Amino acid sequence: MAAANATRDKVGTWVGFVLILVWCLLPVAWILSLSFKGTDETAAGSPQFLPKDATLQNYRDILDNPDFLDALRNSFGIAAISTLLSVIFATLAAYAIARLEFRGKRAVLSLALAIAMFPVVSLVGPLFDMWRTFGLFNTWPGLIIPYMSFTLPLAIWTLSAFFREIPWEMEQAAQVDGATSWQAFRKVIVPLAAPGVFTAAILTFFFAWNEFVLAISLTSTTSSRTVPAQMSYFVGPDPFNPPYGQLATASVVVTVPIIIIVLLFQRKIVAGLTSGAVKG
Amino acid sequence: MASIDMRNIVKKYGDGFPAVNDVSIDVQDGEFMILVGPSGCGKSTLLRMIVGLEDITSGDMMIGEKRVNDLAPRERNLAMVFQNYALYPHLSVYENIAFPLRLAKAPNAEVDEKVRAASKTLELDEHLERKPGNLSGGQRQRVAMGRAIVREADAFLFDEPLSNLDAKLRGQMRTEISRLQKKLGITTVYVTHDQTEAMTLGDRVAVLKRGVLQQLATPRELYENPGNLFVAGFIGSPPMNFLPVTVEGTAAKMPFGSVELPREKAEKAAGKGLLIAGIRPEHFEDASVKGDAPPGSTFRATVEVVEWLGNETYAYIPFEAPPEVEEQLRQLERDLDGEALHTQLVVSLDGTSRITEGEEAEIWVDGSKIHLFDPSTGENLTVDQEHAGRIVGHAMADAAEQPAAAG
Repeated sequence: MAAANATRDKVGTWVGFVLILVWCLLPVAWILSLSFKGTDETAAGSPQFLPKDATLQNYRDILDNPDFLDALRNSFGIAAISTLLSVIFATLAAYAIARLEFRGKRAVLSLALAIAMFPVVSLVGPLFDMWRTFGLFNTWPGLIIPYMSFTLPLAIWTLSAFFREIPWEMEQAAQVDGATSWQAFRKVIVPLAAPGVFTAAILTFFFAWNEFVLAISLTSTTSSRTVPAQMSYFVGPDPFNPPYGQLATASVVVTVPIIIIVLLFQRKIVAGLTSGAVKG
Repeated sequence: MASIDMRNIVKKYGDGFPAVNDVSIDVQDGEFMILVGPSGCGKSTLLRMIVGLEDITSGDMMIGEKRVNDLAPRERNLAMVFQNYALYPHLSVYENIAFPLRLAKAPNAEVDEKVRAASKTLELDEHLERKPGNLSGGQRQRVAMGRAIVREADAFLFDEPLSNLDAKLRGQMRTEISRLQKKLGITTVYVTHDQTEAMTLGDRVAVLKRGVLQQLATPRELYENPGNLFVAGFIGSPPMNFLPVTVEGTAAKMPFGSVELPREKAEKAAGKGLLIAGIRPEHFEDASVKGDAPPGSTFRATVEVVEWLGNETYAYIPFEAPPEVEEQLRQLERDLDGEALHTQLVVSLDGTSRITEGEEAEIWVDGSKIHLFDPSTGENLTVDQEHAGRIVGHAMADAAEQPAAAG
C-alpha cells in the first residue's frame, strides 16, 4: 500500500508541477512565438500558435532601432545604479537596525514599510513638479532617486532579517581576533549576509527594470527613457495594426537579461550558509 | 604572557542592577584561573569585561602593568574561545585559524608556518581545507582553540567551552585543554558552571554568586575549607549535606543523634545556638564495614534509597529540618540551581556495604571533618583560615541582597 501511495504522490506532484508550469510559461511561449512571426501573420485575424514561416526580421529591426538601443542602455544604467546604491544603503541601515538599540527603531522600520506600501501613482504628480524645478526631469538621477526610495524599504527589511540571523559572537570573535568594527563587518558579517544582499539586489533590480509609471511620467526623450516606457511608443505606421511582432521581440530582449541575472544569482542565494558557525 | 589583575570591578546595567559587584581577582602570569558559579552569577560578564566586549562601570582592569579599561578588544591582545565556538562559516578551517594573523597582516609564509604548527598540535591536519559546517562538535572546538593559540596572545579566555559537547568528549577535551595550557604555560581564565571542570582544571578557583566573589582558593582549599554555605554546597558532587545542629560541650546534637566534635571546633561554636552542620557524603561510612577502632561517632537511621555504583554506594536518608533553618536551606538550594523537594542526607558508603533500602543501618561519621555554619550569615565558623585561600567576608549576605540576575 505504501508503495502505491508513494507512486500516487509522485504522479500528483508532477501533474501539479506541469499545470503550474503551463500556467506561468504559456504567455512567455506566446510572446516568444510572436517574436518570430512576420507582420502578415500578426495582422491576420486569428493567428496560429507556432509561426508558419519563422523569421528573424523582428530582431533585426529592433536591434537597428536606435531609440530602442538607447532605452536599453538607460534601463541597464538606471537599474544597475539604483540597485548598487540601494543595496549599499540598505546593508548599512539594516546592520544598524539589527545590531543597535536606538530610540525610534520601530518607527524607522514601520515608516519604511509604510513607504513600501505607498502607491507609486500618487507620487507622479508631485515628483513631476519637483523634478522640473530641480532640473531632474528627464535625467537618470530623476528615476534613480524614486526607484531607490521605493526599493530601500524592502531591501532593509530583507537584510535586517538576515543580519539578525547572524550570531553576534561572530563579530565579537573577529574583534577579539584583532579586527576593527569595520573589518569585522566587511570580512565576517557581509560575506555571511551575502544571500540576503543578493536577494535584496535582485528585488531592487527587478523593480527598477520593470517599472513603468514613473519611467513614462518623468522622462520626455530617449536620453533617459527606459525600455518599458519606450515600448509604449512602438506604434508603427498604421494605428489599426500595432507592430505586435516588434513589441513581442522587445519584450523577449528585455526579459533575457533578467533570466540570466536570476540564474547567475541563484547560486549565491544558498540558504543555510551560516550552518556550522555555531553549534546547530 | 601577562598577569591579569581585576581590582574592584563593578558592572552595572542601565537599570542600576549590578551584574558584577566589587570583584577583585589577581590572575598570576601563567596561572589557570577558573571563574565558577551557577547561572546568572556574573562569571561570563566578568570574562567579557576582561576581553573588552563589555564596558566596565568602575574598577581597574590591569593586563600586565597596563590599565586596559578603555582599550578596544583588538588592542588587548587576548585570545578567546566562545561557548558556541563562533567559527567563521564562510572560511575554511585553515583560514579560520589564520584569521587573526591575516588581520595582523602577517606575511604568507609566516601564516602558513604558524597555522600548520597549530593544526599539528590540535591534530587538525586532515581537516584544514574543510568548512566548519562539515566538522563534528569536538573538531569545531579544536578549530576554535587553534584560532586562539595561533596568536601570541597575552592570555587565553574560555567561556564555557565544553558545555556544547557530550559527556565523553567533554572529559577528553578537558584533559586536552589542561595539557595544552601546561605546554604553552599561558595565563588562562576559564568560565564554567561545572564544578568538576573547576576542580580538575584550575590552579585556583574563584567562586561567584550573583556578582559577588565568595572565595578565591585552590580546588583543594575550596573543598576542604569552604568559606561559607554557598561555596560548601557548590563544590563537590554529590554535594555536602547540611543538617541543623546545636553544640553542647563537644557534642553536636543532630537529627540522627549526637556526634563528638574536636575540641577546637566545638569551642568556635559554643553558645551560638542553632547552627548548620556541613558534612561531605564521604565522611560517612557503614559502621559494619568500617570496623571498630576509628575515631568518630555512629548513629542509627533508616535508609530510604540505595544507589550502588560498584566502587561506592550512595544511601539517601530523609530527615525533618526545624523551621528556623529550613528556609535557609531552601534558599541555598535555589541559589545552587537545585530543585530538592525535601531535606535528605546523602551518604557515600563503601561498595562492599550490604545496607538495603528500608533497612535501619548503623552509620559512622567522622566528627573531625564537620563544618559548622552560622545560619544567619552563612559563614563557616570552623574554617581553617590558613588553608582557605581568600574568603570574602559577608559575601553570602551581600549576594543575597542582590536581586537574582537573568541568565
